[in-house]
Amino acid sequence: MIWRKKDLLGLEELSKEELELILTTAASFKEVSAREIKKVPALRGKTVVNLFYEPSTRTRVSFEVAAKRLSADVINIATETSSVKKGETLIDTGRNIQALKADIIVVRHGSSGAAAMLARHLSISVINAGDGWHEHPTQGLLDIFTLKEKLGKIEGAMVSVVGDIAHSRVARSNIWGLTKLGAKVTVCAPAVLIPPAIEQMGVRITYDIDEALANADAINVLRMQFERDEKAVFPEQLEYFKKFGVTKDRLKKAKKNIIVMHPGPINRGIEISNEVADGANSVILEQVTNGIAVRMAVLFLVSQVQDKRDEVIN
Amino acid sequence: MSNFKEETKILSSDGLRRVIERLTHQVLEKNSAPGGVVLIGIQTRGVYLAKRIQKIIKEIEAIEVPLGILDITFYRDDLTTIGPKPVVKETQIEFDLNGKTVVLVDDVLFTGRTIRAALDEIMDFGRPKKVELLVLVDRGHRELPIRADFVGKNIPTSCRELIEVKLEEVDGRDEVMIVEK
Repeated sequence: MIWRKKDLLGLEELSKEELELILTTAASFKEVSAREIKKVPALRGKTVVNLFYEPSTRTRVSFEVAAKRLSADVINIATETSSVKKGETLIDTGRNIQALKADIIVVRHGSSGAAAMLARHLSISVINAGDGWHEHPTQGLLDIFTLKEKLGKIEGAMVSVVGDIAHSRVARSNIWGLTKLGAKVTVCAPAVLIPPAIEQMGVRITYDIDEALANADAINVLRMQFERDEKAVFPEQLEYFKKFGVTKDRLKKAKKNIIVMHPGPINRGIEISNEVADGANSVILEQVTNGIAVRMAVLFLVSQVQDKRDEVIN
Repeated sequence: MSNFKEETKILSSDGLRRVIERLTHQVLEKNSAPGGVVLIGIQTRGVYLAKRIQKIIKEIEAIEVPLGILDITFYRDDLTTIGPKPVVKETQIEFDLNGKTVVLVDDVLFTGRTIRAALDEIMDFGRPKKVELLVLVDRGHRELPIRADFVGKNIPTSCRELIEVKLEEVDGRDEVMIVEK
């Protein structure tokens, strides 16, 4: 299996083999972060630009750490303090970054499809770090990587995704990746937060958290994004916790070794209780560690394709 | 036989076993205190050669020397110029390298660039007292000032020839062939 894509825009367009290649490459990179000198020269002389149109700490820092452990040079652009404020378009910004001879742009944007549009207009690599409600492929990959590490394999695993499915790019990337690798996915949320026709993605729907927990090997608890949508659609916070919050009592009825994941940042006492977030079943911080390995793998794989293409041009 | 490639067998299964045994004895002769020796095999076949050497040392000296695995992909100097990459394999060195004598094991020594990358990677893990290089076959054509301390067989080759090392653990049989490209 050889990686041939210049960009990583979503998990929807990846084959099972491509997903598996990223996961095995990430497994090799995980060891680098355990070394005394946490750095390899694989991307020496390459420039990675983090272009973030939305606030992010976790993902941006994770990409920055990943790129630096590969010996790349990293530049962070926060759009609040950039020419974007003066009205520069996304494509113009991208073209300028390309003209600076950067090699990879990691982009986060509030509009679905923004990364794909940028990728079409640029010859350098684009990695989607979250676009609107569409996809957040590296988060999906790190969730799947963590699951695979814990369960041994994804094929046949029962995974429940709980929370705001409608507005969640994390949910979408998880569903695409997991179903392609043969997991059985259930989504669980209040009816208003389940998008229409979601069953066409090959998932089961339930409105009952206890049903989502029963028989599940793993549960991925999504963040309730109260800042994202108009207040009217969202249930009241305490009411949500009462009906859908993942608590110690609810977990007692689930499989003893159920894996509890959360992409962060956590709203404690809204979608998940303190005891569960910090409990024995939680792998939330391992997800953060694995995120670096997965992002190193993605940066490494797309950078190789880019080199090939340059050769053809020259 | 079907592809009309010219193949010559350099080492049979028995021959290969004897060469590995001799190399192990040479390592032990040079390092009179094998307690300070660690083996590091370069992926893929260097790892299996190192495992065999580890086993023979155990039979002779009744000690198990630590064994590490090195994948040099991230340290290659031709990452930007070679074609599609094979899958990156694992690196695993779970012991302290500081002050140790590292015996670096690979199947074929050719340009020396793999060894350059391996040396860089080893130095990122610690500061060994000494690094010695053990190769099954030295086929010449060096592009860097690197030489092996222990050589199984010197086989001068032309650039049109390839050395194929087959090992039971990966290929299902033990032999070394010289093959015309």
